[in-house]
Amino acid sequence: MYEFLTNIFNSEVIAIIIAAFLPLFLFILPFALFAVYLERKVSAFMQDRLGPMRTGPYGVLQTVADILKLIQKEDIINKDADKKLFNLAPVLVFAGSYAVFAAIPFTSIFIGTWSDIGLFFIIAISSLVVAGILMSGWASNNKYSLLGAMRSAAQIISYEIPTALVVLTVVMITGTLSLSTISEIQTPYFWNWLIFGGSVWGIQKFLLIPFMIVAFIIFYIASLAEVNRTPFDIPEAESELVAGYHTEYSGMKFAIFFLAEYANMFAVSAIAATIFFGGYQSPFGYFGNLIGASWLIPIEQLFWFTMKGIFFVFVQMWLRWTLPRLRVDQLMTVCWKYLIPYAIVNLIIVGLISLI
Amino acid sequence: MKEYLKNTWLGIWTVLVGMKITFKHLFTPSVTIQYPDVKVALPERVRNRLYVNMDDCIGCDQCARACPVECIEIETVKSLPTEDLGKTSNGKKKALWVTKFNIDIAKCCYCQLCVFPCPTECIYMTDAYEFSEFDRNDLVYKFATLTNDEAEEKKLNFEKMQAEKEAEKAAAAKAKAEAAAKAKQDESNSTDDKTKE
Repeated sequence: MYEFLTNIFNSEVIAIIIAAFLPLFLFILPFALFAVYLERKVSAFMQDRLGPMRTGPYGVLQTVADILKLIQKEDIINKDADKKLFNLAPVLVFAGSYAVFAAIPFTSIFIGTWSDIGLFFIIAISSLVVAGILMSGWASNNKYSLLGAMRSAAQIISYEIPTALVVLTVVMITGTLSLSTISEIQTPYFWNWLIFGGSVWGIQKFLLIPFMIVAFIIFYIASLAEVNRTPFDIPEAESELVAGYHTEYSGMKFAIFFLAEYANMFAVSAIAATIFFGGYQSPFGYFGNLIGASWLIPIEQLFWFTMKGIFFVFVQMWLRWTLPRLRVDQLMTVCWKYLIPYAIVNLIIVGLISLI
Repeated sequence: MKEYLKNTWLGIWTVLVGMKITFKHLFTPSVTIQYPDVKVALPERVRNRLYVNMDDCIGCDQCARACPVECIEIETVKSLPTEDLGKTSNGKKKALWVTKFNIDIAKCCYCQLCVFPCPTECIYMTDAYEFSEFDRNDLVYKFATLTNDEAEEKKLNFEKMQAEKEAEKAAAAKAKAEAAAKAKQDESNSTDDKTKE
């Protein structure tokens, strides 16, 4: 993709800029619009309501109208806020969640950077979000914001540990940190996905299956906590903290926080899909291979990748409208007393299996 | 240890139970009624905005008198004997021009007390309940079918008739008085004659 753009524009700089903004404008913004609509519809259907119905047919233009409203709104900075940090925080939060997309392989031919340490990069760069959230909470000069930010920091840092341990188990099996390689070795047949023990046929594969399922559950719970979704939404618990760290934000800055949240939701879903469910690989071979049209394969891959991502985003929404919020102590109990011990035991067992 | 494992199992199992319930509700038809497009069927005896069928109104003022909040305002003018106002649907002869029939719905308390006394059943509750206005004065519903000019004309007609009647009466009285005076005179004349005799 990058070479292709370089050939078109005869300039590496333009190609880099376009390649960097492509996922934003082609993917994240439309996805955020769609996901907000999906969220509202899913929540409505789960509560036997209809959700947005009046803006466009079945309310499909609701999020567009929301965005237009947010753009028009006054940008309020409260008097006692630390203006520099206050303005920097949403940018940092969005940068953190957007940078994750650099290492996510959308198809076999498009990936932001062909990095060999994609997973490591993602775990490292997503910590930037914590800094942004803490910054926004501190700069707002508002007790609710600060409380939300502190909870968020505690939560995200705690839950990075089980995430990293689970990612480590996957890395031990695949032997690579590159997400595109991980996607590639999970061939386009679902029984070769890592959740079913990977593509190496043998007793090892069948022994791995239960432990990969445990790993997936731990990863999914931890990733839910990392993106501050219910039941782990205590940083922005609306019934306790108004809106948590973005209480004082209005207009476009609030929209950026919102965009970052939805970008993050897709990012963690995409990572879950990539390291356990074959990434961009189709579950049952490619139609393009069947009819001998190889140009069709990347499109199919993009389709499957998006579908898997959206499915996990849907599960996140499903959980959000099913479960109540955890208490702060329960949150820490789940992480330190349950997820981390299980993740470590899982890591050891998977390590032993991979020695066979 | 046993409790620890049990807690883990319970944690996962209860989440799955909850997810099953919400998943079922995902396909339950919604209970929302999309109000301006779809309306709930009203009960049989709803009491909403009043309506007056002026073809049947005889201007008897009974509804206005029954009203506890005095939201009905009626003015009537007697018709000329030569005018034919037609009959109501239940055979009553109309004798009054209804020059004003205003119902101030903003005052109305929807008690339906005005509906029962009506001898021709021309005032009744409709099922219209969406009649909000930006100005309170727009909530005064004017049912009189006569235009202002016509009402004025009827009033003048009546006054003229009244005046004519007065005049006639006066003339009649005068004539009577004259006749009486004349009779008296005649009488006195005759008595005079008698006294003369």
